[in-house]
Amino acid sequence: MPLNYIFPEFEVVRNADQCVACRACERQCANEVHHYSEEYGRMIADNSKCVDCQRCVTICPTHALKIVKSDNTFRENGNWSAQTIKEIYRQADSGGALLSSMGNPQNYPVYWDKILINASQVTNPSIDPLREPMETRVFLGKKPSTITRDENGELVTKRPPRLELSVPIMFSAMSYGSISYNAHASLARAAKELGIYYNTGEGGLHEDFYCYGPNTIVQVASGRFGVHKDYLNAGAGIEIKIGQGAKPGIGGHLPGKKVNEDVSHTRMIPMGSDAISPAPHHDIYSIEDLRQLIYSLKEATAYQKPVIVKIAAVHNVAAIASGIARSGADIIAIDGYRGGTGAAPTRIRDNVGIPIELALAAVDARLREEGIRNEVSIVVGGSIRSSADVVKAIALGADACYIASSALMALGCHLCRSCQEGKCNWGIATQRPDLVKRLNPNVGSKRLVNLITAWRHEIMEMMGGMGINSIEVLKGNRMMLRGIGLNEKELEILGIKHAGE
Amino acid sequence: MKRIYVNEDWCLGCHLCEYYCTFANSGLESMAYALKGKPLSPRIQVEEEGEIHFAVSCRHCDNPVCVKSCITGALSVEDNVIHCDTNKCVGCYTCIMACPYGCIMPATSGVIQKCELCTNNAHQKPLCVQGCPNEAIVFEER
Repeated sequence: MPLNYIFPEFEVVRNADQCVACRACERQCANEVHHYSEEYGRMIADNSKCVDCQRCVTICPTHALKIVKSDNTFRENGNWSAQTIKEIYRQADSGGALLSSMGNPQNYPVYWDKILINASQVTNPSIDPLREPMETRVFLGKKPSTITRDENGELVTKRPPRLELSVPIMFSAMSYGSISYNAHASLARAAKELGIYYNTGEGGLHEDFYCYGPNTIVQVASGRFGVHKDYLNAGAGIEIKIGQGAKPGIGGHLPGKKVNEDVSHTRMIPMGSDAISPAPHHDIYSIEDLRQLIYSLKEATAYQKPVIVKIAAVHNVAAIASGIARSGADIIAIDGYRGGTGAAPTRIRDNVGIPIELALAAVDARLREEGIRNEVSIVVGGSIRSSADVVKAIALGADACYIASSALMALGCHLCRSCQEGKCNWGIATQRPDLVKRLNPNVGSKRLVNLITAWRHEIMEMMGGMGINSIEVLKGNRMMLRGIGLNEKELEILGIKHAGE
Repeated sequence: MKRIYVNEDWCLGCHLCEYYCTFANSGLESMAYALKGKPLSPRIQVEEEGEIHFAVSCRHCDNPVCVKSCITGALSVEDNVIHCDTNKCVGCYTCIMACPYGCIMPATSGVIQKCELCTNNAHQKPLCVQGCPNEAIVFEER
């Protein structure tokens, strides 16, 4: 057997006093780490298979298990990190491009953590959200710039189509195929209960979920999987996916083994065939082409649905957004480089794109300068981790936020970043029926509702602290933000002052 | 009346309910101490074949044949819960033969044991329900 240079990354630590050999860990590990040894008369583990998904740790009834990072060390080297060395070994072994999932984990600056929120003291009163009304509802879509009257002098009240959100948070696109039926069911049910939206991703809409249409954004991506007239009309809005934060500039690839009967039916592709989304839309090579697609979709839905154009945050994002705003889109969604994915080439995920905070500030400023900010709403995603991130995003100019990684964490995801293996022990990123059933949508939807409800409470607390009782007043209100530890250029791009100024 | 119901759609066959049940009826405080190296004697059991799993415990039938079959009057219905008086039980196992669900089993002491919805131990609320990781076992009114 050729030598495997890669030492197991994690170690399963079992407290022998606590372990009752119930074998729940063994039954629940799709990676087959644990097994009961008749010879030893106790549980043993194969550390090399462990991905640290924490399923066994969570399910162990006596808390006998923990997973620790192996302290086996390569000789320390400031230039060649253990991760880099391991990646070289892996590639020398496989000859393939490295694959990863979930968001960019590299140690780049997180601008959210370098921005502080204001609060009222003495001169302007803060508001207690428990005692006074507080509005977190937002509308996404074009805002009319003029008041128009008809020939009789009556106000024309017909508005462009828009989305109404009870709180400025939506579940962002995750396709059926990349995540499971039960994960979609949880998101759909939670979106309905919360009065927000979830997004089908590019994999079509399962026929069971058409009933959640009023809380669904249907996506049209470069692969056009599962797109037909009824699909477009089923949702409350349509999203054209140009790019994704985790892998800007490249397409997607759902392996054939995940394309089971249901997925194949929903995506309208043969069972077992790889679902390959091209890097570009083959009919979009300019803003004019994008405009054609937007209007084709609007035409197909009788101009009743707002159209979102989703792009990855890249270097010229402000100029691109300006083009999109002029192309007839109602909403621009921008996905930052920390955004998650079910699988992306590691080098792309870790090295391509820019932080969402900077992209948002740049886009909002550019659209204002050009006087077209009211033409589009801005939705941002790509690692919105808490209600504080939401508040900061709104104050930087976003109309709403997209969350996905945090939503999956509410469903059990422990960020083991092994989605591409298709063996998700939490029943999320898998199509294996025995694993999918681990995610009970009754439990999942409740947890999602809890998460967003908690965030809404916190958003109201923070707004109240600033003396703001409507989220609309916070929107683009950069005076409510201060930077900490940021240089002049960063402050200039973010359009905020430094703390103390 | 509230009963234990199992939804096989969500039962993962993890068998944890059996361990929680054994622990609940052990009278001990530590789960590890109650179960470690000791035979498992649960009053709920996971039936399974292939990908189908579901846990089965006493249904607390409206017309319980086990109670009718009991030769000593050890089994009785109290507040809709079928209760076994182990002082009266002689271990003839007629109830085990009679139960159509296979929910009564011999206890290690020689008499029988069955689910009494944890009303007969310190937990009060069924521990299998509390311990089920996927809410496949529920305790509710239907």
